[in-house]
Amino acid sequence: METEILARIQFAFTVAFHYIYPPLSIGIGLIMVIMEGLYLKTGNKHYEVLTRFWLKIFALTFGIGVATGIIMEFEFGTNWAVYSRYVGDIFGSALAAEGLFAFGLESAFLGVLIFGWNRVSPRVHFISAIGVFLGSMFSAVWIVVANSWQQTPAGYHIVGEGFNARAEVTDFWAMVFNPSSVDRIIHVWQGAFLAGAFLVLSVHAYYLLKGRYIEISKKAFKIALGVATLVSLSQLISGHSSADGVSENQPAKLAAMEGHYEASSAADLYLLGWVDDDTQEVTGISLPGGLSFLLHQDFEEPVTGLNAFPKEDRPGQVNAVFQFYHIMVSIGIFLIGLTLYASFLWWRGQLFEKKWLLRIFAFAVLLPQIANQVGWFAAEMGRQPWIVYGHLRTSEGFSQEVSSHQILFSLILFLVVYFVLFLLFVYSVNKKIKQGPYKEAENALEII
Amino acid sequence: METFLGIDYPTLWYLVIGLLFSGYAILEGFDYGAGAWHLFFRKDLSRRISINAIGPLWDANQVWLIIGGGALFAGFPVMYATMLSAMYIPFMLFLMLLVLRSAAIKFRSAEEMAWWRKTWDIIYFTSNTLIGFLLGVVLGNVVQGFEIGENYSYQGGVFFAFLNPYALMVGFTTLSIFMTQGAIFLLLKTEGRLHARLTFLLRRGMGFFILSFVITSLYTLFYIPGVTDKFKENPVFFVLPLLAFLAVANVPRLVSKKKYAYALVFSSLTMAFLLMLVAFQLYPVLLPSTIDPKYSVDIYNAASSQKSLGIMLSIVVIGAPLLAGYFLFLYKTFHGKVKLDDTSY
Repeated sequence: METEILARIQFAFTVAFHYIYPPLSIGIGLIMVIMEGLYLKTGNKHYEVLTRFWLKIFALTFGIGVATGIIMEFEFGTNWAVYSRYVGDIFGSALAAEGLFAFGLESAFLGVLIFGWNRVSPRVHFISAIGVFLGSMFSAVWIVVANSWQQTPAGYHIVGEGFNARAEVTDFWAMVFNPSSVDRIIHVWQGAFLAGAFLVLSVHAYYLLKGRYIEISKKAFKIALGVATLVSLSQLISGHSSADGVSENQPAKLAAMEGHYEASSAADLYLLGWVDDDTQEVTGISLPGGLSFLLHQDFEEPVTGLNAFPKEDRPGQVNAVFQFYHIMVSIGIFLIGLTLYASFLWWRGQLFEKKWLLRIFAFAVLLPQIANQVGWFAAEMGRQPWIVYGHLRTSEGFSQEVSSHQILFSLILFLVVYFVLFLLFVYSVNKKIKQGPYKEAENALEII
Repeated sequence: METFLGIDYPTLWYLVIGLLFSGYAILEGFDYGAGAWHLFFRKDLSRRISINAIGPLWDANQVWLIIGGGALFAGFPVMYATMLSAMYIPFMLFLMLLVLRSAAIKFRSAEEMAWWRKTWDIIYFTSNTLIGFLLGVVLGNVVQGFEIGENYSYQGGVFFAFLNPYALMVGFTTLSIFMTQGAIFLLLKTEGRLHARLTFLLRRGMGFFILSFVITSLYTLFYIPGVTDKFKENPVFFVLPLLAFLAVANVPRLVSKKKYAYALVFSSLTMAFLLMLVAFQLYPVLLPSTIDPKYSVDIYNAASSQKSLGIMLSIVVIGAPLLAGYFLFLYKTFHGKVKLDDTSY
């Protein structure tokens, strides 16, 4: 038991830390490609300065993303040996495809992107930027496919019994396009775009408030705002489609997200609330029948509740799943309001006139990050007690031969190293922001 | 069992993994090796040049580890799970050192302060040295075999069992060949006094390699049971150690002629031949059990399904040329001596 809990804590900690960085790389990557594309198209130096500036921050997030990602690749084997044997046939092929198609592409072009300014033509440099960006997008695809298969297995059969049981692929494409893959990939991509766009918005809002780099900051802010507005709106659609899928494939998870216990009755939609698992009651503000309406367009239609499942087959931490899910949704709604309002001002030509709005944007960088994290917490805790939904329990999946002392040792090591790494990251990004995209003393660019 | 050109799928996948691990050893070999010389350079500028020699390449080279790990997980999940959980401590240290090494490359030259750079220099040197060493230690343990019991479960010691004399020797041998490889690579990328110093260091590196290689070989022949059986059955494979020896003997000759690129090819070949030697000696076993050979993990009981291996072989057929193309483009862009500019580390 102790080993299982420690293995879970270590995995959750290392993957949550890892997940700060790749979404930033994907999001900044998109905006950087737009900036460099505009530079090639218009020849305007401002876009080149912006591209070079954001590339520095991109390189940093990318580097930490790769370093912490390698750990994830091997942690399946070190801490989840039984699980690894069980899913290797399926999970492994997605992981191998990821390495070959995604990481090969992004890492090779990364060198040219960062160090190749003077060695290749602007066009080839732009192609390298696209290569790195596409590579990072693909890398999200394969790992989300693998995770989605754990949530909603498809295209497989179970071979063997007891300890030797394992899942084998019967239909590769059914495995890749399992019922939740597409919804979740889109949701993850968009979450990443928001993480990157809001970092760009935050930094340039800060410059605008300080009265520095005004011309280029306005350009960058508009690019990022365009992306953020479109994506936060479409994230609502993708979120809804995801929830529909969860209700169909993992009803216990959806019930936990809304704290819905009664086996079969109309379900409410909570704005916020608190779940008491003992009394099975939720205290909070809700729209009666709201969940039923969202899923079935009918306020009366029953929704499967937690009590429809035996206690050992449903998530243990209902309130945590509920809270994480609601934090994600609330942030999503807030971001829609914020970006729509800012876009409205942009349309009216008043975007940069309201200081308080820029201040909100300067701090809003944390919101997509939090939403990305808690969204995953809700998805993974809501999947419990299963590690492969309906087939293998988390309590059966960990490495039996690893002792709790070993995990404690590595966990402490991770805590220390990651803490230092995080400080270094924050320090370096902060320093790059303070230094700015160019030396102001030269002031050449404001004149161009 | 399905075959291609008369070779069954698990064997084909064994070859794919062998190729990936060789690629990893050769490419990251010179990265880690260059880092293991780091404190032997005294001037800050030399240290910067040495880091920037691998600057645009190391991230891409590291991909071979990522693909190799994925390929092992995908093709031989039992091997992947059993080896990693049995070798928990060395792998955790290895992973942590990889993180520290990446951080050192990125942050070392970001500040001017002497204490800052000195600290990162020590971290960079130590992590590279220990990574090379630990990889060898794991290899040494795999060759000797683990205490694997029923259901592939590891029953050996948990904390320090991996530190046995044989594994330590393979560790030193691996480190020394990486250092040889690293010194040759740096010769290719440097000029002037640093270059002259490297010529001297390379001789030390080769001496270190030959010494540890001879000791390890003798130990293997006398103390690892059954190691020569395979060769007695197929004497033609005695050509492998011979080729490894010829390849390494060729390196000093090429270096004295200043043909560094060829020297790098031959030290890479040495590594490839030595890995082939290990692979041939183990085949079809992946992890020998020291409890009972019937518990050994081999390419058949560890393999994924035929269907899955078939899918992955097609993924490799599509992906390998792409990967080769990317690497050609990358290495072509950055050929020649290191030139520091404002994007350098």
